[in-house]
Amino acid sequence: MRRYAYAIPYWLWIGLFVIAPIILIVYYSFFDIEGHFSLVNYETFFTPVYLRMTFNSFWYAFLITAISLLIAYPTAYLLTKTKHKQLWLLLIILPTWVNLLLKAYAFLGLFGTYGAVNALFEALGIGTKQLLFTDFSFVFVSVYIFIPFMILPIFNALEKLNPSLIDAARDLGANEWTTFRRVIFPLTLDGVKAGCQAVFIPSLSLFMLTRLIAGNRVITLGTAVEQHFLVTQNWGMGATIAVFLMIAMASIMALTGNKKWGVRQ
Amino acid sequence: MKVSRLYLAFVFFVLYMPIFYLIYYSFNSGGTMHHFESFTLDWYKEVFADTRLLVIVLHTMIIALLSSSLATIIGVFGAIAIYYAKHRWKQTLLTLNNILIVSPDVIIGASFLILFTIAGIQLGFTSVLLSHIAFSIPIVVLMVLPKLQEMSPTLIDAARDLGANEWNVLTKVVLPYITPGIFAGFFMALTYSLDDFAVTFFVTGNGFSTLSVEIYSRARQGISLSVNALSTLLFLFTLFLVVVYYVMTQRTSVKGGQK
Repeated sequence: MRRYAYAIPYWLWIGLFVIAPIILIVYYSFFDIEGHFSLVNYETFFTPVYLRMTFNSFWYAFLITAISLLIAYPTAYLLTKTKHKQLWLLLIILPTWVNLLLKAYAFLGLFGTYGAVNALFEALGIGTKQLLFTDFSFVFVSVYIFIPFMILPIFNALEKLNPSLIDAARDLGANEWTTFRRVIFPLTLDGVKAGCQAVFIPSLSLFMLTRLIAGNRVITLGTAVEQHFLVTQNWGMGATIAVFLMIAMASIMALTGNKKWGVRQ
Repeated sequence: MKVSRLYLAFVFFVLYMPIFYLIYYSFNSGGTMHHFESFTLDWYKEVFADTRLLVIVLHTMIIALLSSSLATIIGVFGAIAIYYAKHRWKQTLLTLNNILIVSPDVIIGASFLILFTIAGIQLGFTSVLLSHIAFSIPIVVLMVLPKLQEMSPTLIDAARDLGANEWNVLTKVVLPYITPGIFAGFFMALTYSLDDFAVTFFVTGNGFSTLSVEIYSRARQGISLSVNALSTLLFLFTLFLVVVYYVMTQRTSVKGGQK
């Protein structure tokens, strides 16, 4: 047992920052705003207001994930065909190193009434549109922020694919689409799952984007947690929403079940 | 072929457009992000004259360097402990390790806020530092663990046979072998810390602020081109970090190849 002594800080970390916070969140969800033990938060959660918010959050997260996947898959596929693919991949990753808030801030300028996008619309004869503070801009900016996290695992999965399998499919008379549907896509499904995990879960908690870009028009569960903890100081209600977020997260992890956690790459 | 080129070009255009848009208007004397009047460096002067902002930059750097160093130390020993753990415990430990990686930021932030309040830790430098260490540790573990797993166990046996004690095995055999993983983990922790907004936003009090939190509060007040100037400087700093990181990984992989 002595040889585990060096890992004491790590065990402490697991106890204090992994297990304790989960217990605390669950514990706090049973207290109302006055600090009395009650189930009132759970009752509130099952009212139409919160159920609609939950539904909306998942709908937006689904939209963001689906659009990211639709754009990212062809991108990753085409990237594997380029000459200097590692360099291009680096260029895909580089924007993720720019602070998320700065990227959101850039869209305040781009999507503004006189911004570049509206100037383009004017030139094309479409006319100025209200872009900022709509759910369109929220989804667009979220996809923009998450797309590298979708491209990366799919790219890695495609790279691992044995090219002779594609040749074999062709030799056996499969056309492009059949080859993709029956060979390439099933074999890169792990990458797709990893990408969906990396996009879906964080997109449930983008409260800063809903505040900056969507102008409080989009309220997700993440926004509600932030609101309850930092604005209205109703920690019990915030914790209750967090409990449901954790349940959602656990079920998504189980659904896209990846047994090889941590061994990946 | 033409279509695929066009598609990739479009993706890259959309990816970089907002960043260069910010940089372009940081030189605008007009004060808005839509009408370029004339070239000016005034916004950069404003950034460098803003002592409050410079203190925040310094705080962000201190937090990032301290938290990633401490997280690297704890994480490396954690990874070694997981590596040596009995098989049936390994999966449980890995799951516990990964909880913070897959948790939405708001949950980490909210639960840490409760934790610090209960523990009586005042919100500010200490709480932000502790949170950053906490969410960086699992990343370090995930970067180091594959290196340990690819290390041949006979190396350790050989060292033991030659009379090395635990400490020697650790410092002379294991640590040198996993050094590339340690560096990768350190850099990942550094970028996570520099990039984090949501968790910091929850656990920072009134007096203490990091760059992300400051940018958020400025962006909520509308457009100010000093934020653009700041983003240009940060982008250049990021490029610098990427180059350093690549030179470092290139060098270690060359060294590994020579072995």
